[in-house]
Amino acid sequence: MTAPPDDCLARNEWICGEYLSTRRQIILDAVVQHLELTALSVLIALVLAVPLAVIARRWGLAAGPVLALTTVLYTIPSLAMFSLLLPVYGLSSTLVVAGLVLYSLTLLVRNILAGLRGVPEDTRQAARGMGYGPIRLLLTVEMPLALPAAMAGLRIATVSAVSLVTVGAIVGFGGLGNLIYAGMNTYFKAQVLTASVLCVVIAVAADLLLLGVQRILTPWTRAVRS
Amino acid sequence: MNTLGEAWQWLTDAAHWSGDDGIWHRLTQHLVLTVVCLLISCLIALPVALVLGHLGKGGALAVNISNIGRAVPTFAVLVLLLLTPIGRWGEGPTVVALVLFAVPPLLTNAYVGMRGVDRSIVQAARGMGMTGRQMLWRVELPLAMPLVLSGVRIAAVQLVATATIAALAGGGGLGRIITAGFNLASTPQVVAGAVLVAAFALLVEALFEIGERLAPAWARGGKGRAG
Repeated sequence: MTAPPDDCLARNEWICGEYLSTRRQIILDAVVQHLELTALSVLIALVLAVPLAVIARRWGLAAGPVLALTTVLYTIPSLAMFSLLLPVYGLSSTLVVAGLVLYSLTLLVRNILAGLRGVPEDTRQAARGMGYGPIRLLLTVEMPLALPAAMAGLRIATVSAVSLVTVGAIVGFGGLGNLIYAGMNTYFKAQVLTASVLCVVIAVAADLLLLGVQRILTPWTRAVRS
Repeated sequence: MNTLGEAWQWLTDAAHWSGDDGIWHRLTQHLVLTVVCLLISCLIALPVALVLGHLGKGGALAVNISNIGRAVPTFAVLVLLLLTPIGRWGEGPTVVALVLFAVPPLLTNAYVGMRGVDRSIVQAARGMGMTGRQMLWRVELPLAMPLVLSGVRIAAVQLVATATIAALAGGGGLGRIITAGFNLASTPQVVAGAVLVAAFALLVEALFEIGERLAPAWARGGKGRAG
C-alpha cells in the first residue's frame, strides 16, 4: 500500500495549484456552462425587453402593467423561481435560462424605457420636421440616444445573471455553482474558493467587455466630454 | 395542471404546517433571519453613509462597493463562510452573507440621498449658526429620508429573497421546504414551497408599497431611487 500523497489536495487547503492542474477539464466545462447560461438568458431577455420597452413608451397605458409585471417577477426569490418553473421545464438547463430571463427582463425594460423617455422632445420634433417616419425615428434617433441607459441596464443584468446562475446548482445546471455545491457537501475548500473566484472574474470581465462595447457604440458621449 | 393540484394538496395538508420542519416554523425562521439581518445592516451602513454624505466624501467608494457586491454570488459567499470557522456557529454564515448583501443598497441610497440635499439649504443652515451635528440631524437627514427609506425597502425585499438561498447551504427558512422537496424528489413539495416563498416575498414588497403610500409626505420615496 502506498502512502497517500502529501499535497495541498490531501491537506484540503484553500488555495491549491494541484487542484487547478488535475481538474482543469472539470473547471473548464463548468466555466463554459456558466458562460452559455448567462449569455443565452441575457440575450433572450434583451430580445424580449426592447419591444416591451418600445410598446410601453408608445402607449402610456401599457407602461404601468409592463413595469408592474416585471417588478413582481423580480421580487420572486431565485430558488423559488427555478422551482416554480420545474413542472414546465423539468430538470434541464432551459429551466435555469427561463428563470434568468425573467430576472434580467426587469432591469432591461426599466433602463431601456428610462433611456427612451430621456430623449429630448426637441430632438424628436426636429427629426419629425426632417420628414422621419415613426419607425425611422425610433431606429435612427431614439434608440441610439437611449443606448447609454440601456447599456447600463444590460451591464447590471449581466453581472446579476452571472451570480444568479450559481443557484441553478439546485437542478444541476449551475455552471460554477455546481462545483460550489459539490464542494460544500464534501468540504472541498480549494474547489469552493476556485469556483467562487472564477464567478467574480467572469462577472467583472463581462462588465468590462460591455463597457468597451458601450464606448464603441456611443462615440458621441466621449466627444462631448473632451 | 396535475402538479399544481398535488402542490395544493401538499399545502392544505395540516401535517405540513406544524412541527420543526413545518411551514409555520420555517416562516418564523425566515422572518427572524430577515429582520435581524436588516437591523444589523442598517446599524452598519446608515451611520457610515450619513457621516460620509455629510462630509461629502467617499461617494465613489460607496457606489463601487455596491457594484462589486452585485458580482459576488451570495451562494458562493455562504458556502465559503460555511467552510471557515464561522461555519460552526449555527446561523452565523447566513447572517454574515446576508448582511454583506444588504449593506450596499443601504449605503448607496443613504449616501446619494444625503448628497442630493440642496446645497443652498445646507448653506442657509450653516448661516444660521448650526453646528455640523445639528445640520446632519435637523436638515440633511430629514430631507434625505425618502431615499434612505427606499434603500431600506430595497434591502428588505432583497433579504427576503436571498434568505431563501441559505437553505441550499443547510440554513433554515422557507427555502428549506424547496430543498427538502428536491432531496425527496417530490415535485409537488418543491412547487408548494416555491409558491409559499414567492407569496411571502410579494407580501413583504406589497407591505412596503402600502407603507410608502400611507407615510407622511416627508418620508415618501418612489422617484429618485438608486439601487
